[in-house]
Amino acid sequence: MQDLAWAISLWLMALLAIAFVYVAVKSGDKADAAEVMSTAGKIRTALFWIILVAGVPITMVTLTDLPYAAQSDATAQIVKVEGSQFSWDISPTRIVTGQPVEFHVTAADATHGFAVYDDTMTLLTQTQAMPEYTNILKYTFAKAGTYKVLCLEYCGSGHHVMSEEITVVAAGGN
Amino acid sequence: MENVISKGAKQSVLGYLATAGVVLLLLMVFGLVMRTVQAGGAEIPAEIFYQLMTAHGIGMVGIAGICGAAIMWYFLGHYVKLSTPVFLLNMVLFLIGVVMILGAIFIGGFAGAWTFLYPLPAYSGGAWEPGAAVVHLSGVLLIGVGFLLFHLDTGWAILKQYGSLGKALGWPQLFGGSTEEAPPPTVVAATMVLIVNVLGLLAGATILVISIVNLLVPEFGIDPLLGKNMIFFFGHVFINATIYMSVIAVYEILPRYTGRPWKSTKPFLLAWTCSTLFVVIVYPHHLLMDINMPTWLAVMGQVISYLSGLPILVVTAVGALTYVHRSGLKWGMPASLLFLAVFGWAAGVIPAIVDGTIVVNLVLHNTQWVPGHFHTYLLLGVVPMAMGFMYFITNNDGGGLDRAALWAFIVGGLGFVFTFLWAGRESVPRRFAEHQSEWMDVDALGAIFAALAILGVVVFAVRFLSRLGQTAKA
Repeated sequence: MQDLAWAISLWLMALLAIAFVYVAVKSGDKADAAEVMSTAGKIRTALFWIILVAGVPITMVTLTDLPYAAQSDATAQIVKVEGSQFSWDISPTRIVTGQPVEFHVTAADATHGFAVYDDTMTLLTQTQAMPEYTNILKYTFAKAGTYKVLCLEYCGSGHHVMSEEITVVAAGGN
Repeated sequence: MENVISKGAKQSVLGYLATAGVVLLLLMVFGLVMRTVQAGGAEIPAEIFYQLMTAHGIGMVGIAGICGAAIMWYFLGHYVKLSTPVFLLNMVLFLIGVVMILGAIFIGGFAGAWTFLYPLPAYSGGAWEPGAAVVHLSGVLLIGVGFLLFHLDTGWAILKQYGSLGKALGWPQLFGGSTEEAPPPTVVAATMVLIVNVLGLLAGATILVISIVNLLVPEFGIDPLLGKNMIFFFGHVFINATIYMSVIAVYEILPRYTGRPWKSTKPFLLAWTCSTLFVVIVYPHHLLMDINMPTWLAVMGQVISYLSGLPILVVTAVGALTYVHRSGLKWGMPASLLFLAVFGWAAGVIPAIVDGTIVVNLVLHNTQWVPGHFHTYLLLGVVPMAMGFMYFITNNDGGGLDRAALWAFIVGGLGFVFTFLWAGRESVPRRFAEHQSEWMDVDALGAIFAALAILGVVVFAVRFLSRLGQTAKA
């Protein structure tokens, strides 16, 4: 997902840059303003419709599978998580692959950010850890291994040391 | 009919800009120090890093507001009668607030970030006393009060001149079929900013007072999710308002170079009316990882994020391109910086919209992608808008040194924001005082590009300050 976000952003920003550079290069020429405005009006209308026509299906597709837990899964592994300055209390820290996990995430003091990273330090999923609230975050681990939990909401002078590990074992294994 | 700006009013604007130029440079250096520390090029205690981070964040937001206010007030004053004493009062309250904030941070040790996310000010983890947090939040509140007075004055002047906010937004021309000439773009933009920023400032003042009371009487508290909503509503609206105020420089100055006046056409009026609504209701896109928020609000946050891009990309960016294209433009520094600024604003919107997609936000929220996109439209948008205005008001089209500084700023600025975006792609968290070794190469590159961008701004600011005396007398 991160690669896709990067590629889309880069390409669209590059297209925009090309338009600006092109206009800057052509700015020294002198043309009738009304003629330029008329052409620009057509381009603007076309751009509006292109964005709208592309935007509607993109919106629909991206909203079909939201990471918000609609209802609790009876088969899920429940992992209780509490963030506090400046550590995580996670129980249990050993879970199995292939079976949905429900992280029940809260905080004891300020707001923290519960974020799960894989062994390549790629961010997999996250939710806010808030006092007085329990956020239920669903995730299914496909691979066994050691996963890292970092805090992604600034919470004070030890924010960057809030780190913990989760061990994921293969289903049926020890 | 345009009014003539008085000498005193112009000097007040110059005072705003001089303050902004000096403070901006100082805060950019704070930013460079942070990137250098993350890159392993220097060592400072984590407490100091977070103090710098807090000062950099709140300071930049405040300075962006000051730049925007100066630009908007200067040009709006050509169409309506504004109060110079109120304008100066805003600056006085701002400076008092800045002293309080700096004292709270660097003497009191407050490091609750510019977002002062409730209830963090009350949970220092031993880094600061509640008194420091009270002074800091009171300083922010004072600055907010100054801006509220500033907007009430612009609102009063607009209402006296145009009769209603709807008329000042050009609604009779947009919806009523009126054939009268619509208000100029500056008035339309100032009216939009008035509406959204008064709402934002009221929400901000409310949560600031609540946080201060919470610090003084810990038994008093509010729902933290409600507090978070109020903070992000205020923060989102205020920082966006700084751009909407600053873009007035583009509408007013660029046409003087292109010879094509920027008109309040129907698409323009529609874009600003839509933006008025969008800026107010889009803030839930900051809370997409708060699973307890109603899902419909998160969905609205994504949809409105997408729609918010339309007025900026389709109207302002295309508008700037249209007015410049084959206009016979001679590129002076004001025109160059303002053209760059429109690009920076529009370009920054793209990664912001991408991050406003819920399933993407899941893996980019609070990574360095976020400072990546907001630095794009602040560093490459608001800063060149302010600098372009500085060159304009000092009547300076620039020379070889200025053009060299501009290129340093463009290369440095673009490189800097792309290192942030790249780091976001690599899942590097934002706001970390210490970085893992595998993240440091990109950090180092970011620091080098930041230094280059700062070099450009040093030239812009020095050129402005060196002409300040003669401009003030003129």
